[in-house]
Amino acid sequence: MHLHEYQAKTLFADYAVPVPAGRLARSAEEAAAAAAELGGGRWVVKAQVHAGGRGKAGGVRLVDSVDDVRRSAGEMLGSHLQTRQTGSPGLPIGCVLVEATVAIERELYLSLLVDRARERVMIMASRSGGMDIEEVAASDPRAIVNEAVHPAVGLQPYQWRNLGFALGLQGEQIKAFGQLLSGLYRLFEREDASLVEINPLVVTATGELLALDAKLDIEDNALYRHPALVALRDPSQEDDKERAAAEHDLNYITLEGNIACMVNGAGLAMATMDLIKLHGGEPANFLDVGGGATAARVAEAFKLILSDAKVSAILVNIFGGIVRCDLIAEGIIQAVPEVGVSLPVVVRLEGTNVDRGKALLAASGLNLIAADGLSDAADKVVAAAGGGNGKPAPVRA
Amino acid sequence: MSILVDSGTRVICQGFTGKQGTFHSEQALAYGTRLVGGVTPGKGGQTHLGLPVFDTVQAAVRETGADASMIYVPAAFAADAILEAAAAGVGVIVCITEGIPVQDMLRVKAALAGSDSLLIGPNCPGIITPGACKIGIMPGAIHQPGSVGIVSRSGTLTYEAVYQTTQAGLGQSTCVGIGGDPIHGLEFIDCLRRFEDDPATRRVILVGEISGSAEDEAAEFIAAHLRKPVVAYIAGVTAPPGKRMGHAGAIISGGRGTAQAKFSALEAAGVAVVRSPADMGRRMQELLAAS
Repeated sequence: MHLHEYQAKTLFADYAVPVPAGRLARSAEEAAAAAAELGGGRWVVKAQVHAGGRGKAGGVRLVDSVDDVRRSAGEMLGSHLQTRQTGSPGLPIGCVLVEATVAIERELYLSLLVDRARERVMIMASRSGGMDIEEVAASDPRAIVNEAVHPAVGLQPYQWRNLGFALGLQGEQIKAFGQLLSGLYRLFEREDASLVEINPLVVTATGELLALDAKLDIEDNALYRHPALVALRDPSQEDDKERAAAEHDLNYITLEGNIACMVNGAGLAMATMDLIKLHGGEPANFLDVGGGATAARVAEAFKLILSDAKVSAILVNIFGGIVRCDLIAEGIIQAVPEVGVSLPVVVRLEGTNVDRGKALLAASGLNLIAADGLSDAADKVVAAAGGGNGKPAPVRA
Repeated sequence: MSILVDSGTRVICQGFTGKQGTFHSEQALAYGTRLVGGVTPGKGGQTHLGLPVFDTVQAAVRETGADASMIYVPAAFAADAILEAAAAGVGVIVCITEGIPVQDMLRVKAALAGSDSLLIGPNCPGIITPGACKIGIMPGAIHQPGSVGIVSRSGTLTYEAVYQTTQAGLGQSTCVGIGGDPIHGLEFIDCLRRFEDDPATRRVILVGEISGSAEDEAAEFIAAHLRKPVVAYIAGVTAPPGKRMGHAGAIISGGRGTAQAKFSALEAAGVAVVRSPADMGRRMQELLAAS
């Protein structure tokens, strides 16, 4: 789950990670009042959306008067921000963060994430703050330093010293950096974060460290033990279809093609997308109905698929393990008329009770296209969708 | 012969009296698995499915001599269940549970370092030696005793590989689903090493996924140590970058962990890589015919 910058900064402050003075505003007037309250002569108005690249997209504005704060906030609020990480039209701006500005001496980069190969929380830091870390990794990999934290002993002082000195910090700054990093590591561990990123972490003209930006993702699997974080969820920033899917325990991701798939299991779902492409078609989605595919869930899955106007054919690919094929067949027979599926549906069933499942489908009188095996299913659905992109099918490796 | 489990393996179930534990214990018993009891804290002394229930894994191991455990407890309690099994000296711990927080698994893996217990999973279909021992949620009926060792990160794709090798008349020696979570127990290479040493395994199918470096490590291991023929399939060529495809693991970022990069690494190691998931069994037959 993504958090907004302002939510992340509130959590940062709870863990003694220094952040700029700021106020959240949901209207232009609130923004102006926030600026007046913060004082000073220069403010930054930041659109709160779940996407990076806000600065280049006009979602972060530096202004020199309370009137300009009001004007900027008024322009942003209620509009959409499209960045390189969003599609069109972008994400709605429901609130802005108004912050006092500080004089910046240097910009650094700092992040924490789980390194799956080393099975440790990894801290990454770089002197090149303000740049995409991917760019730094490509152009100057030696500029990135890292430390892996052993889960049993936690972050050690030598680790923040290693990183701090490598970042060119000195004197009291090293200790301040140690405190900041200890706070971040505690936050990462206790709040079950999957990513903490500060870009840039700045050294101010007076030598202090400050998290100018904040990105914080919480691991979905751990949300059950963080009700306070669940309450921070902002549905306006989520894809409607993907959210509806999640509510029914379906795993759904929209893609660009016209052949919808309904599959049990994430691996087989990915393999089915590959198969469609290999046979000259384009998948319209990734959809995993999970191990316990019930009639109700199959019906929800059809509804989701049909809400996508691009779809011209549907492939149902189920390998019944624990789920019996006859139950899946009953689910399909119930769902197709109920949802009003008029597009061609190719069904490939395999596994437990497959013969009974196939017999049920054949006797249903529904306009279903039965397939034998994966390749046959792919050929049939690509043909039903109008032959894909004119590419010859099938193709074999 | 087989790897890790066979007809002599004495298995207990943690979460024995729960819905999942009960269903899959019944299935395991029907398959012929030597299930010797189960654990549900607070229900010790009861009998379930005709088998003794214990309060602790320690007591279950002491009374039954169990050397393997299958775990069906909810995600919030799974880390504790794995560590309890390891502390009781269970040799093979199979954790089926999905949705365990990564922080929990980081601590579990750190605690298991230096332990003699092997962890399979979590978030996996389990392990089966056809005709001898089924520990997990896979449908027993599609398997057939035979010569192909199968190791896979995905559940339903393991079933595809099993089904295709059964159709091809080859059968399986042992099938291991290592699970799709970012932090998990047994790796591809742990299984490949055992397949190489197992006389019953004559050939291997490896089913991978995008993201991570496990397939690349497998490729290096195969090049250096494996003399048996290997067919591999990597799911997710068409997955868009940055999107999470079901398994937390299956995220590709930048050029790292793409299926194409893994194809190349495996082919360079002499592996017969198939582009279509429908071709795993057929390609293995072709390799046999050519040898």
